[in-house]
Amino acid sequence: MSDTLPLSIQTNRRLEKWLRFNSDRTVRLAVGKVELGQGNVTALAQIAADELDVNLDRIAVLAGDTQDAPDEGQTTGSQSIEVSGRSVRLVSAELRARVLDRLAQRLNCSPLELSVEDGVIRRGDASTGHDYWNFATAEDFARDIEGTATPKSHTDYRVVGKPVPRRDLPAKVSGAAFIHDMVRPDMLHARILRQPCRGANLASLNEAALRRAERGDFRIVRVGDFLAFVGSDETVMQRAAAAAPLHAKWDNVRQITPDQQDAAWLVGQDSNDRVLGSDLPAAETKNVVVASYSRPYVAHASMAPSCALAEYRDGHLSVWSHTQGVYPLRAALANVLGIAPDMITVRHAHGAGCYGHNGADDVAVDAAVIAIQIPENCIRVQWRREEEFGFEPLGPAMHVTLRAALDDAGKPVDWTADVWSPTHVQRPSTGGNLLTHEALPTPPPDPRPTDPPESNGGGGTRNAFPLYDFAATRVLHHLILRPPVRTSALRGLGALTNVFAIECFIDELAERAGLDPVAYRLSILSDARARRLIENVAERCNWSARGPAGTGRGVGLGWARYKNKAAYAAVAVEVEVDQEVRLRRVWCAADAGLVINPDGARNQLDGGIIQAASMALKEQMRMEGDGITSLDWESYPILRFSEVPEIDTEIIHAPDLPTLGMGECTFGPTAAAIGNAVAHALGARIKDMPLTRERIEAVLLK
Amino acid sequence: MAQDIALTVNGGRVSVTVDTVTPLLDVLRNRLDLKGSRYGCGLEQCGSCMVLLDGEPIYACSREIGTVAGRSVTTIEGLGTAAQPHPLQQAFLDEQAGQCGYCLSGILMSAKALLDHNPAPTRADIVAALDRHLCRCGAHPRILRAVEKAAAVLREGKGA
Repeated sequence: MSDTLPLSIQTNRRLEKWLRFNSDRTVRLAVGKVELGQGNVTALAQIAADELDVNLDRIAVLAGDTQDAPDEGQTTGSQSIEVSGRSVRLVSAELRARVLDRLAQRLNCSPLELSVEDGVIRRGDASTGHDYWNFATAEDFARDIEGTATPKSHTDYRVVGKPVPRRDLPAKVSGAAFIHDMVRPDMLHARILRQPCRGANLASLNEAALRRAERGDFRIVRVGDFLAFVGSDETVMQRAAAAAPLHAKWDNVRQITPDQQDAAWLVGQDSNDRVLGSDLPAAETKNVVVASYSRPYVAHASMAPSCALAEYRDGHLSVWSHTQGVYPLRAALANVLGIAPDMITVRHAHGAGCYGHNGADDVAVDAAVIAIQIPENCIRVQWRREEEFGFEPLGPAMHVTLRAALDDAGKPVDWTADVWSPTHVQRPSTGGNLLTHEALPTPPPDPRPTDPPESNGGGGTRNAFPLYDFAATRVLHHLILRPPVRTSALRGLGALTNVFAIECFIDELAERAGLDPVAYRLSILSDARARRLIENVAERCNWSARGPAGTGRGVGLGWARYKNKAAYAAVAVEVEVDQEVRLRRVWCAADAGLVINPDGARNQLDGGIIQAASMALKEQMRMEGDGITSLDWESYPILRFSEVPEIDTEIIHAPDLPTLGMGECTFGPTAAAIGNAVAHALGARIKDMPLTRERIEAVLLK
Repeated sequence: MAQDIALTVNGGRVSVTVDTVTPLLDVLRNRLDLKGSRYGCGLEQCGSCMVLLDGEPIYACSREIGTVAGRSVTTIEGLGTAAQPHPLQQAFLDEQAGQCGYCLSGILMSAKALLDHNPAPTRADIVAALDRHLCRCGAHPRILRAVEKAAAVLREGKGA
């Protein structure tokens, strides 16, 4: 049985790690996934409430705590509901079954005669006088989780499938709610003078000049090439850190040339190469078509700069972090600091949306290193805005060349994707380094670029295989070894670029074949769920009346199944293009199997559309000289209120099918639909994101 | 130079002894324990720190405390509480208008100023009032709907 259990349960077999009946007639549900602004914790509570038959408001959730919550790794990859949700369902069903079995034995009846109503156990129509809180004992929790209890049928759900309000929003619209707002006893504020890059050495800091210029008291903590300003007045620390780079001289700073900021630079760089899929050589036919697409480096660009708190008391290090994974962060801290993991506690606290691996873990190491130097105080570190832009890991640039060998009808019989990309996941557990570790006297070895395995959806190869009915498909993956900047996970990983490339290329092939792009897609696609979404969206956007190309108004469509195994989404976009692209309307249809919280799901689908549109139209991290030059919101603009389109999203309900992770599923289809809509509007195609005014001018001049 | 500076915050008189160039945001957060106004960029580019100064939205991140002496500041805490939300806050909860929520307190303050001046804003009016705010999660359509809804609720309340 255990080999079919979700990973979350396999690594956390103790029932009390997950569930506990509190004396105040609530249920403590502990999970390893954390709230990153997506409502996943609310959805997990819904699942537990239904399986245990208690009202939703009795479920008190503890999310992300190395002391008291299970280890579920990272909160990534749209896995919270697919994996953690499945675990919570099994664990809750098992606890309910154990309690009822024991009571049935006592009453000498069948467990099937017993039912639970808001935690009160009934036999037929009569109360048994027992409930979870007065009847459950240590015995019910004694055995490891077996995973043998049968969860409910979806037809018996009461709160699963209902739009339940998020639990964390009331605080966020009224006052203190984030890690940034935490106040601890003996708290000191700190800011960092960042090492410009790995290997750079702080030759000098003109401390006297800095102290003269910046009024107020601060203490300087220096460990190797890590340097922090620490004191009681946050304003003073902020000013000192902002001014410090002017008074600091660094040796061995790497230099970035302007060509390195573009995706085209990647092609031909040193790389680890592999071939996935068909091992036959690419087929030749009379008609072979080749086209290249790209995305530049992009930022997570969280609204809040990263923040962490740490205190070192009596040899125990306590850290509060908006990390995606408290246990992996604890392991990284133990490694960096040389402290045993059981002498470290990491607790999750809410931060701004991160959309992947941003500065959250780095700032936690900053705080911990300072806390070791200043024990008995709580050290609160908050990054500066330019630090967040300048030092968070970036979403990697990607360059994708597609090659299709067509049959006489213009349909691909052989397909090759040639993908060039730096790593998409560079965490300490996967060969990466945390920033401050590299500044310490004993820095870690060079980062070792790896990408997630295909079983986890891949990184640069994510969604690189088309799901159309092609006889032979292969992906040539070039994992770039020495990109100019640190890169790591950003929403969707390679899916944004790969789906953009595939779905734009399909439109080009349809045009060559003289076929309508929707009809062309349906003629090469047998997946019924995908077909249904495409047909749904095409009808809602009035596709058949979309008109000729080159009028300045365009409609385009794209679809994908995220990771080729999670949720499906199809997106159609209407644009107007003159000097710039204006999004008019967006239609979306998504199929994620059983949806736990439809309102939360819709929020994620729409948010993914807007964020992907922002990346497709506007975003590029600039870099030159000693580092990143996009250091504020003017040099890194994102989509604004006046640029956001109307969005009409429909969830195709499939409650009898397993839940599919959907937090990232609209990302690629949106970029693709925009690419196709702009091509339809212009009568000419832009193949490199972002689709800026300069690129529109360039393609029209061709 | 540290000076005694008196001002009105959320309807109450307060006095702080502080360097006059200290940002208003730092005074609110660290001296007055009003954590609902949030630091985003310190550059007047994102709007996370928006508060009302004599009823008009201003960026608290770069506004020096010395320039607001004697004036009246309203923060999100002056709007309502989680237990007793203002109709604007209630509308944001009704619409679930947010994801991470970091941008919301600043947006709510600009929306408050808008509705105070213009009880019946068009969609375009709301977009114009919120356009200097950034939201990275993509909650924009819900936020616009929430402000429209709050405007309707407030108008009904006045009519009743």
